[in-house]
Amino acid sequence: MTEEIVIIGGGTGGSVLANDLAERLDEEIDAGDVQVTLINDGPDHVYKPVWLYVPFGKREPEDGRRPLRELVDNRIRIREDRVTEIDTDAQQLSTAERVSPTHYDHLVVATGSTLAPDEVPGLAEGGHDYYSEDGALALRDELLEFTEGHLVLSVIGSPHMCPAAPLEFVFMADDWFRKRGLREEIEITYTYPINRVHGNPHIADWAQPLMDERDINTETFFNGEEVDPEAGTLTSMEGSELDYDLLVSIPPHRGVELIEEAGLGDRGWVEVNKHTLEAEHAENVYALGDAAATGVPKAGSVAHYQAATVGQRLASEVRGQVPTAAYDGKTICFIETGMDSASFVEFDYQNPPSPVTPSEKIHWSKLAYNESYWLTARGLI
Amino acid sequence: MNRSVVLVLRILETTYNIKPLGYERLTVLMTQQNIEPTKTVDARGAACPGPLMDLIGAIRDVDPGDVVLLLSDSDRSLTDVPEWVEEAGNELRAVEEGDDHHEIYVEKV
Repeated sequence: MTEEIVIIGGGTGGSVLANDLAERLDEEIDAGDVQVTLINDGPDHVYKPVWLYVPFGKREPEDGRRPLRELVDNRIRIREDRVTEIDTDAQQLSTAERVSPTHYDHLVVATGSTLAPDEVPGLAEGGHDYYSEDGALALRDELLEFTEGHLVLSVIGSPHMCPAAPLEFVFMADDWFRKRGLREEIEITYTYPINRVHGNPHIADWAQPLMDERDINTETFFNGEEVDPEAGTLTSMEGSELDYDLLVSIPPHRGVELIEEAGLGDRGWVEVNKHTLEAEHAENVYALGDAAATGVPKAGSVAHYQAATVGQRLASEVRGQVPTAAYDGKTICFIETGMDSASFVEFDYQNPPSPVTPSEKIHWSKLAYNESYWLTARGLI
Repeated sequence: MNRSVVLVLRILETTYNIKPLGYERLTVLMTQQNIEPTKTVDARGAACPGPLMDLIGAIRDVDPGDVVLLLSDSDRSLTDVPEWVEEAGNELRAVEEGDDHHEIYVEKV
């Protein structure tokens, strides 16, 4: 009998894992003892960090898209299909394109994040975002025309993808407007849900003085509750109100619905053991990347490192060995602090981040990594 | 229990390690109100600020008058949560500190 490993989702976590398994289990796959299938609801792999640069006219959404088939090892079976149901008791999946269910022996959920702006009345109509291709393009149209007024960046959803990106956006916008001689005509305000400017206190302590220096207003304990697009106002659960001319939000995020329907976790996030990444409410199910509720950031580096853990564990299980690999919470992240400077953080479950002094060198390192990301997706770096 | 009093007690304890006379009794009283939560948020295992963010998300979803019970094993929740509850004008109904985790009851006003 061929042992079936099925991965749902062809983002960073799913793609890196597929390539990891192709290498780790090459002999078993070639012998027909193991089959690895990657199911994705489209033909492309999408590298989302490109979107941050789109509103500033620096990149195009196409720069972040490549066909999955070009990135994933030929040993991996790729199916373009949408999973509609996970039956963890029967160990099978229902999909949109097939009548008969798909059996799995081992399942990996790598379904990522989706945006849910409709959870906040008026947000979809009144706000912009750079957390989607369409959103980044629409924001670019607005930003290129924006020469005076109040720009509000509001972090409404949390957890959200790339926790550094809201800071990066206001730092980049500040620098971008300064270099174009527009900054004095534009007020920038940044809002955050808790009593500091970032969820991680070490990053918040680093960012706050930088924001003060750059005349970026900050509003903390601000949880956006309603947007009035006509009046141009954003009100918070705490009772405060902001007038805006251009609202850029980090909308509420959710995972995909089928996770909650399968009883794997709330809001589409799979409850997992944060070290083994095994699902808490089902056997033979792993989750990684954004879909896994580990408490670490929803970031590409996390998915990348988690994929190595899951790959090692699955290989051990296939070979009848005790899996011992564990994820240690490792996260790395570049943080743009302007259009040509950046910082860098590295942390894990035990060691907090300590942002390094921003420099042009780190900025170029970030851009260089963005170019070489496709080697990560291929499982090479 | 008035939420301002609770906040002051928490700040005294966590910042200055001072427990006013009767503090333990007050804490116990706060948990003896037989509060029935509308929703329970189990944020045990989540690092700061996960528990507070999970609570805020739950408060968004419930109706005024509903009570959310937050389970958290982060000591920081003992200060973060009362501060936010005060800021948002909600009601801190009770706090039970435990060795394994803390139970915090918040009513949406």
